Amino acid sequence: MSARPFPFGVAPFGRAPVPAPPPQPAAPILSEAFGTRPLAGAAPGFVLAALPPGLVLWAQDRLSRAEFGAPFLPGMGRDLLRLDLTRPADVLSALEDGLQSRALAAVVGEIHGPAPALSFTASRRLALRAEAAGLPCWLIRHAARPEPSAARMRWRLAPLPSVPDPDDPQAPGEPRWLAELFRARGRPSSTWVVRHDRAADRLDFSAPPRDRELAEPRDAPGRRMA
Amino acid sequence: MDSRAICPALHIEPAEPERDAARLARLAFWARRWGPYSTPDGDDGIILDTTGAAHLFGGEAAMLAEIQAGFARAGLTARLALAPTRGAAWALARFGPERAICTDPLPALAPLPVAGLRLSGETLLLLRRLGLKTIGDLAAIPRLSLMRRFARAEPQDNPLVRLDQALGRAAEPLDAPEPAPEFAAEARLAEPVMDPSDWLPGLLADLCAQMAAADRGCRRLCLSVFRVDGERRDIRVAMAAPTRDPGHLLRLFDGRLERLDPGYGFDLIRLAAEAVEPLAQAQPGLDGAAPTGLALARLVDRLAARFGAQTISRPLPRESHVPERAEAPGPPLAATPAPPARPDRPIRLLNPPEEIRVLYAIPEGPPAQFVWRRQTLRVARHAGPERIAPEWWHDRPGTRLRDYFRIEDDSGLRLWIYREGLVHDGRGGAPRWFLHGIFA
Repeated sequence: MSARPFPFGVAPFGRAPVPAPPPQPAAPILSEAFGTRPLAGAAPGFVLAALPPGLVLWAQDRLSRAEFGAPFLPGMGRDLLRLDLTRPADVLSALEDGLQSRALAAVVGEIHGPAPALSFTASRRLALRAEAAGLPCWLIRHAARPEPSAARMRWRLAPLPSVPDPDDPQAPGEPRWLAELFRARGRPSSTWVVRHDRAADRLDFSAPPRDRELAEPRDAPGRRMA
Repeated sequence: MDSRAICPALHIEPAEPERDAARLARLAFWARRWGPYSTPDGDDGIILDTTGAAHLFGGEAAMLAEIQAGFARAGLTARLALAPTRGAAWALARFGPERAICTDPLPALAPLPVAGLRLSGETLLLLRRLGLKTIGDLAAIPRLSLMRRFARAEPQDNPLVRLDQALGRAAEPLDAPEPAPEFAAEARLAEPVMDPSDWLPGLLADLCAQMAAADRGCRRLCLSVFRVDGERRDIRVAMAAPTRDPGHLLRLFDGRLERLDPGYGFDLIRLAAEAVEPLAQAQPGLDGAAPTGLALARLVDRLAARFGAQTISRPLPRESHVPERAEAPGPPLAATPAPPARPDRPIRLLNPPEEIRVLYAIPEGPPAQFVWRRQTLRVARHAGPERIAPEWWHDRPGTRLRDYFRIEDDSGLRLWIYREGLVHDGRGGAPRWFLHGIFA
């Protein structure tokens, strides 16, 4: 018998699923982050925490800017090259231009709503360029459903109640997100509770709390993941 | 109407002096295909400085013939003259022989009438009464008596000044509305074409070689096409840093050439470098790639050429407590590092803030519940208030202070809301609440 009798994410009888090792969100690939609800800063916050240090090209279409606001420098504390564009197609071509440049550490595009411009072909172009350039490329999708895409990792991010502040229990503390990796190349889909460790500037992945699974209907683990 | 009654076939065009002047100015630019400086001259003339340009067209006579043919193709009749001074050319074009070429002004101008000296009607009348009919007559008068006779005349109406200008004794520089480019490359085509893209790489290579020889780079590039119907169309691209890389410059024209209106085609393409700056030779890396600072400038150029320079910015911190003034769009190549993130500031800022409707207001705290776009949010945790006063040196009088709260609702949404004003601050009615930011 091998050392790992069950693949990642598959529960043996009556036990919790084996948590897969956390992925590398800063890998030089195309990733997509889907927000789950309006006013949730989970997807931009997760992407911001996953970016490597350096100058980042941040392109937004008009609707994302109107509905979710613009990046705010004092809260982000990152060097940004901001692009305020109008159409999702412009965002995609700006990302392609950014991936050809050697001056950037990462490129991020935000698209609101279903975008016909972001077809499978367009996402595949971005994925190939990101891998050729060795830069992480993130697409933040607001108010959109996952459609066929060549993104190597696809996340669904929901806000969770924050970590209690040790000094003031009434105040919101460090943010926490429920990150569901619902599609990834070469690994099963799974769910984590993610925190941003500001001191070490990295993402802490931990298994979601047990009672959450007990509260849900007992489906096969693979079926719930779209 | 009376004229129409007499001659029914009469064709009437209303006079439009302003449109004529504008058309003449455009035509003056178009005429720069034969010389680097040109300017409209009066209501009906164009002055073109062709110094050192005639050999490009096979001599002065051949150049004049080509200029006349060019205007004829555009549907215009032109009377041309080539002379060492502006005044002599003016006189010869209007009163001299067809396509006059003069090397010495005095013998060429002597038989012409004095009207060739650009004088007003009153002065001409006076000269005729004095019996001075030709320029030669006037030039034969002693200077002193002319000076005495016309001592009170304006300079542009003084026969002596005009005569000196025509004969080259007084300078009369050409005040061109747009200086001639320091570096330019041209392609003259035998037949009018509609698309300049095939010629662009060669022109760029030529221009960049010229600039490299002089250790110069340009920050603006102007592609002009000279249409056969007497119009000129320009496309300008701008660069964030001086450059002379033909491959990079060529990509800046991507998608711009389609918007060029070629009319009936054009037969001259000129590429001119503007805003020329010194640019030393840069050592490329061992892998043949450009240095990193240059890579950013090129990315900015490409994005600005495609989406417009106003879309691209680099947020820079500013000393202000008012959130919307705490950052300002800076130039894309700014080298200021960003300050570290503050946990009490949101990562997203809504512009403008969205008003929310508060259901249960607590006098000195955040609302227990509020409605944002018909969606009720229940505040579970909060921190604050953080009071931010208006900046009296910026804001209008009567601007209300803001009390900011960081709140978290029971599902984990972390938001930044504020109350504008206090209840009895004398600056308006009941305070209103706004949603201003989104935390991670």
